[in-house]
Amino acid sequence: MSKSPYELVVFKPGEKRELPLTFNLRKLAERKPIILPGHRLCAGCAAPLVVKLLGLAMRGPLVIANATGCLEVATTIFPYTSWAIPWIHSAFENAAATASGIEAAYKAMKKTGRLPYDHIDVVALAGDGGTFDIGLQALSGMAERGHDVMYILYDNEAYMNTGIQRSGGTPPFAWTTTSPAGRVIPGKTQEKKPIAEIMVAHRIPYVATGTPGHWIDLIKKFRKGLEVDGPSFIHVLSPCNRGWRHGLNITIDICRRAVDTCYFPLWEWVRGKGYYLTDRSLAIARKPELKKPIEKFLEVQGRFKHLLKPENKHLIKQFQEYVDAVWDDLVSRAVNAPR
Amino acid sequence: MSKPEPRGWKDLPMAALPYKLSLEYRTGDWRALRPVIDYGKCTRCLICWLYCPDMAIVWDGEKPVVNYDYCKGCGICAHECPVKAIEMKPETA
Amino acid sequence: MATPRIPLEKQVLIAVNGDEAVAYAVKQCLVDVVAAYPITPQTVIVERFSEFVADGEVHTEFVPVESEHSAMSACVGAAAAGARAFTATAANGLALMWEILYIAASLRLPIVLAVVNRALSAPINIHCDHGDAYGMRDSGWIQLFVENSQEAYDTTIQAFKIGEHPDVQLPVAVNLDGFFLSHTLENIRMLPDDVVHEFLGGYRKIPKTYVDYHGREVELKLDPSSPISFGPLDLYDYYFEHKMHQIEAMKRVPDVVKKVNEEWSELTGRSYGDGVLVPYATEDADVIVTVLGSTSGTVRTVVKKLRSRGYKVGMVRIRMFRPFPFNELRELLKGAKVVGVMDRGISFGSYGPSFMEINTTLYDLRERPLLVNYVYGLGGRDAPPDLIEKMFMELLEIAKTGEVKEKLRFLGVRE
Repeated sequence: MSKSPYELVVFKPGEKRELPLTFNLRKLAERKPIILPGHRLCAGCAAPLVVKLLGLAMRGPLVIANATGCLEVATTIFPYTSWAIPWIHSAFENAAATASGIEAAYKAMKKTGRLPYDHIDVVALAGDGGTFDIGLQALSGMAERGHDVMYILYDNEAYMNTGIQRSGGTPPFAWTTTSPAGRVIPGKTQEKKPIAEIMVAHRIPYVATGTPGHWIDLIKKFRKGLEVDGPSFIHVLSPCNRGWRHGLNITIDICRRAVDTCYFPLWEWVRGKGYYLTDRSLAIARKPELKKPIEKFLEVQGRFKHLLKPENKHLIKQFQEYVDAVWDDLVSRAVNAPR
Repeated sequence: MSKPEPRGWKDLPMAALPYKLSLEYRTGDWRALRPVIDYGKCTRCLICWLYCPDMAIVWDGEKPVVNYDYCKGCGICAHECPVKAIEMKPETA
Repeated sequence: MATPRIPLEKQVLIAVNGDEAVAYAVKQCLVDVVAAYPITPQTVIVERFSEFVADGEVHTEFVPVESEHSAMSACVGAAAAGARAFTATAANGLALMWEILYIAASLRLPIVLAVVNRALSAPINIHCDHGDAYGMRDSGWIQLFVENSQEAYDTTIQAFKIGEHPDVQLPVAVNLDGFFLSHTLENIRMLPDDVVHEFLGGYRKIPKTYVDYHGREVELKLDPSSPISFGPLDLYDYYFEHKMHQIEAMKRVPDVVKKVNEEWSELTGRSYGDGVLVPYATEDADVIVTVLGSTSGTVRTVVKKLRSRGYKVGMVRIRMFRPFPFNELRELLKGAKVVGVMDRGISFGSYGPSFMEINTTLYDLRERPLLVNYVYGLGGRDAPPDLIEKMFMELLEIAKTGEVKEKLRFLGVRE
């Protein structure tokens, strides 16, 4: 019985600890967080919440391979570490490759009686920087080889750690420092790379999207990803108040707006079964009047403020069309969408 | 066991392993606003505990308590509280 | 030489090429993870090893990664998890891994890498060149160069022992010449499996280090029973200190390489000089040539021939290039009038890397030999005996006149 709410999360060999999947907050509040306070992520950052929710979905011993980025840097400024579980950072583009090596090592060590655990979950954790672009090759390779690794993408939609530069995950028209909203070009001109769809195309056992604002949905998906035997990929929206230019306190609110406007639909894809809409997105598919116009997502973010100028109405229309096209396509493929 | 900080290379762990937990780094001094919970209104729903990105709200078994050592004053707890039991007050000198 | 503990009859004779020799060595080393990407002339190592895996002859997890960068990254992950890891590459594959090489060394992970030395593009060239190995000389890896396939087999096994030594804990690159060794058939002697297992002390042992928040020493691995964080962010207040650890570890390497060489000699009857340098006929030599890799065989043949004609010539094969054996080499070279340094690579805008090291080696001597750099064999250009002999003749002339004139020379190139 420990007094401190924070301590290292230790699993001793042979120890039997029950970590059932639950949404009972009283029960979850008894679990020790895998990420400790004193980390130096910005006030109101969603990334530590993503990790916190992973900790609440955890089912046993777990190790993390983290790519370079905000989360990695701000949680391990020497001599401090905020990680209560085993963790490794090697480079920017190789979270998936590093995780593949860890997974292979545990397999080999278990085969030769040198791993005193039934199973250790291996998680690769990377931002959109280390996933959409520079990390895509390693991720694709890991998926193709079928490693039993859950890859969590915390997507803050730009290279935030280096100062808000555009990435393949940046939405259209978003201001970033390398896609500024100028007199001639109104922010990023390309669409957001459909990374989760790319992972579905790899036909790995489980792919899902989530946000920390829809925590029950996300914890379920994290747990599913861990339980699946083989690669799983969870794309988590991770609002960044610095880069998106929004108020510190509306991080969770923005997640809701992202889902309510269908900008970031919540779904999962199960190999052999297909697409399933989940949580709020399923509700919207059943009751389309719940869908909010894209302005509801854009209006609270400074990175889109140029779109709210009267002369840019046509850009919002384009954005809405893009969102609608992706949403309609998803609904048409979803197994559980109303017909 | 206390060595003078910052340490020389002879006293550092191998392979550049961090040797302190971030618990020793109190981010509470980042705050401009501090959350104050009105326990009269609080329904003990634990949503504030859930959404704190800094694990700075702890559940003591009966109620949520703000850990001002680490709270950065982001205000997510106040914004998300279903009964508006948390008020963000200016951090005084 | 004393009788080896394992008599020759027990050391099975097989006919293999250099790549296969490495693969057979890895097979016996209780390696947990091999993550590799093919590139000529390393391909046979990985192909042969895949056969061992497919036949269930090893417990190794073979990870057919999608690039060399991922190969080294996977090895880093595996070694951090506590496994013994191996990979192999060449030329541009090594160049692609470059970023991770530094990370492997600074995280003190004793990965073994076989580099089948090949030229770097452009133009693309698949043949023997030391440019690839030279390119990683600053990375913090131990670098050993072998002369023949027997040594490739021997050194690959030794590499695990050297890297995993408690005083060392650094990754080791075993360099073998592309095509000249990798694809040439040679007879080698292999030890029985159990002898190799015993030599390495079984599976990999993980070192411990004291971590304050644990209040005790913990193993340097990703272990749920004692969580640690690998690879933090250092600001300007700690990076320098962390590099000192690597610098100090490198200082301890030569003794370990020598000791392992001795143990190997006692076990097999084979030794390679003192482990770091392999001299031949240097004691009274006026002219000494230094060389790395398989060309040393040709150089030795020429030395024997010239000695039989009365010329006082000698050679030193540099087996351990990193850490560079300054003290040992200074002792061997100081008495010569002229030293010719052969480099199968060049640092553009400067000299060959071996030359620069040997320059440093001899600088502090009051009386020091004249130095000449011979860049040779780039892109697999052959260095036959008559060319080597021409070099020696030039060096003997320089010994006579005392004038170097051209310090940087190119052996075997058409004008």
